[in-house]
Amino acid sequence: MAYFKMSWLALKWALKKPATSPYPFVPRRLLAGSRGKLSFTKDGCVYCNVCAKKCPTHAIVVNRANKKWAIDRLRCIACGYCVEACPKDSLTLKPEHGAPTITRDREIH
Amino acid sequence: MARTVIPFGPQHPVLPEPVHLDLVVEDERVVEARPSIGFIHRGLEKLAEKKDYVEFTYVAERICGICSFIHSQTYCQAVETLMNVPVPPRALYLRTIWGEMSRIHSHLLWLGLMADGMGFESLFMHSWRIREQLLDIIEATTGGRVIFGSCKVGGVRRDIDDETASGILKELDEIEKDMREIARVFLEDKSVKARLCGIGTLSKQEAYELGCVGPMLRASGVAQDMRTLGYAAFGDIAVEPVTRTEGDSYARSTVRCQELFQSVSIIRQAFAKMPAGEIAVKVTGNPTGETITRTEQPRGEVVYHLKANGTKNLQRFRVRTPTFANLPAMLKVLPGCDLADVPMIVLTIDPCISCTER
Amino acid sequence: MNQPQAFDVIAVDTLLERARALREQGFRLVQISATQLPDQVELTYSFDRDSRLTNLRLNLPNGARLPSISGVFGCAVLYENEVHDLFGVPVDGLAIDFKGNFYKTAVKFPFGSTKAPCAAPAAGAPAPCAVEEVKK
Ligand code: SF4
Ligand code: SF4
Repeated sequence: MAYFKMSWLALKWALKKPATSPYPFVPRRLLAGSRGKLSFTKDGCVYCNVCAKKCPTHAIVVNRANKKWAIDRLRCIACGYCVEACPKDSLTLKPEHGAPTITRDREIH
Repeated sequence: MARTVIPFGPQHPVLPEPVHLDLVVEDERVVEARPSIGFIHRGLEKLAEKKDYVEFTYVAERICGICSFIHSQTYCQAVETLMNVPVPPRALYLRTIWGEMSRIHSHLLWLGLMADGMGFESLFMHSWRIREQLLDIIEATTGGRVIFGSCKVGGVRRDIDDETASGILKELDEIEKDMREIARVFLEDKSVKARLCGIGTLSKQEAYELGCVGPMLRASGVAQDMRTLGYAAFGDIAVEPVTRTEGDSYARSTVRCQELFQSVSIIRQAFAKMPAGEIAVKVTGNPTGETITRTEQPRGEVVYHLKANGTKNLQRFRVRTPTFANLPAMLKVLPGCDLADVPMIVLTIDPCISCTER
Repeated sequence: MNQPQAFDVIAVDTLLERARALREQGFRLVQISATQLPDQVELTYSFDRDSRLTNLRLNLPNGARLPSISGVFGCAVLYENEVHDLFGVPVDGLAIDFKGNFYKTAVKFPFGSTKAPCAAPAAGAPAPCAVEEVKK
């Protein structure tokens, strides 16, 4: 029966619903614990620069004088170090996917 | 007979990563193989002098995209040894669980690549389908699919609560059932056997002397598994190395298939025994001294040699990855095989070139 | 979990002898690692038997030559080529000498102290491997 092991498996899956999802029409299921995208809430931020110091990839730049917080999305590796360091809980990692970018522009808040 | 040199790689359908082999062939038979690597040397060992030792966990994790978690675990273990950090037991258990999950996903990845390499596309799709279920568990618990990022010096960064744990165990039952199905195809199907049995045989003596590690060594009959050293929670969870004696490609595949189920059982035991408590301790100061730490990765033993001199940067960070140790054995078994079997043999060492070159 | 670790400092000329003795006792070569110190390269040879490590330590002044143990442990070839390519330590008697082409780095000897090109191979170095002969 050595030949039919795979045929049986193939038949079983041919009758089932596909395991894949029709991607562009149905977006991928978001998992609650995922470190997806870093999001910044302007309200609480005191521009203390702690997040920028802790970031291993130097993705964040904080300008205290002008009260600006900026991130280079292509540098961010979504590690969450800044989230752990922020004293005001202004940063969170949300389980969502960022839009694709092709330029290294900083996102300024 | 005239000899021809056939270049194999750095780009080849069976190679996800670049390694180059010059194959000297006589007729269809390989008489000599000479590797050259270094296409993707990133100099990560040197980077240790620029990044501080806490941040370096991230770099260590990125040495390899597949055994990522165990790299960060080994690195943290090494630093913790240098600094005498008492890691909370719960953190050790969580590390064990994630480590075994990464072993399963690595072996499933390999199983898929192997099936793909021999042209068994449907088996390839099925193994990656199962891997996808596991990656979802990993993403939900650690936040990343392959770069877990959940290990840090002094413990772990995330906890798994009881409710999630029971959910994981339930899903694991499903996954195990699915894995049994494809493992049966992989180990019993005639066409697979025809492709693997008796190919690339390595005797016990040769495997040991050439310094093989991991499934490559165990398939030749040497019961060596670094998990028996008892790092992380392996002091409480006994691991019996999976061994075979044939030493051919089929034996190596069998070892990996059986390790899938071994890892599932380790995860179950770890969840059952996991104590409550802290998941990390605060680490202050800088490391000093020197240590060699070894753990078992999906591909075999990994060796970390760390040297620190009391500053925040390490003086020397050296990694010997399992593929590096398995290369000599691959070169040993290639001469004498058919040209068409070269991809199979190269794949059975589960080559991970980016780790090899760091 | 943590085994005690000793680094047995030996002289360069006893290396081969020690390696041979270890091999006879059934040890396996685990790794060779080099560290660049200000005026010397520190080499660590780790051997394993029954999951216990034995380490040998060599202190090699910058520019000094290292005898290869690839005749004793075949797999040392890769480590020794690595030590040569990354640290610029000239190695004598390699079973397979990649002549600095094992790692393709933009800078020669990126981890070493000297960025100077390595000296010509010593007399008695093995003949180039069959691949090169065939290419002729
Ligand atoms: S650490 Fe928090 S409060 Fe401080 S600058 Fe960053 S986001 Fe603002
Ligand atoms: S998530 Fe990590 S990489 Fe991204 S900005 Fe924060 S610290 Fe930097």
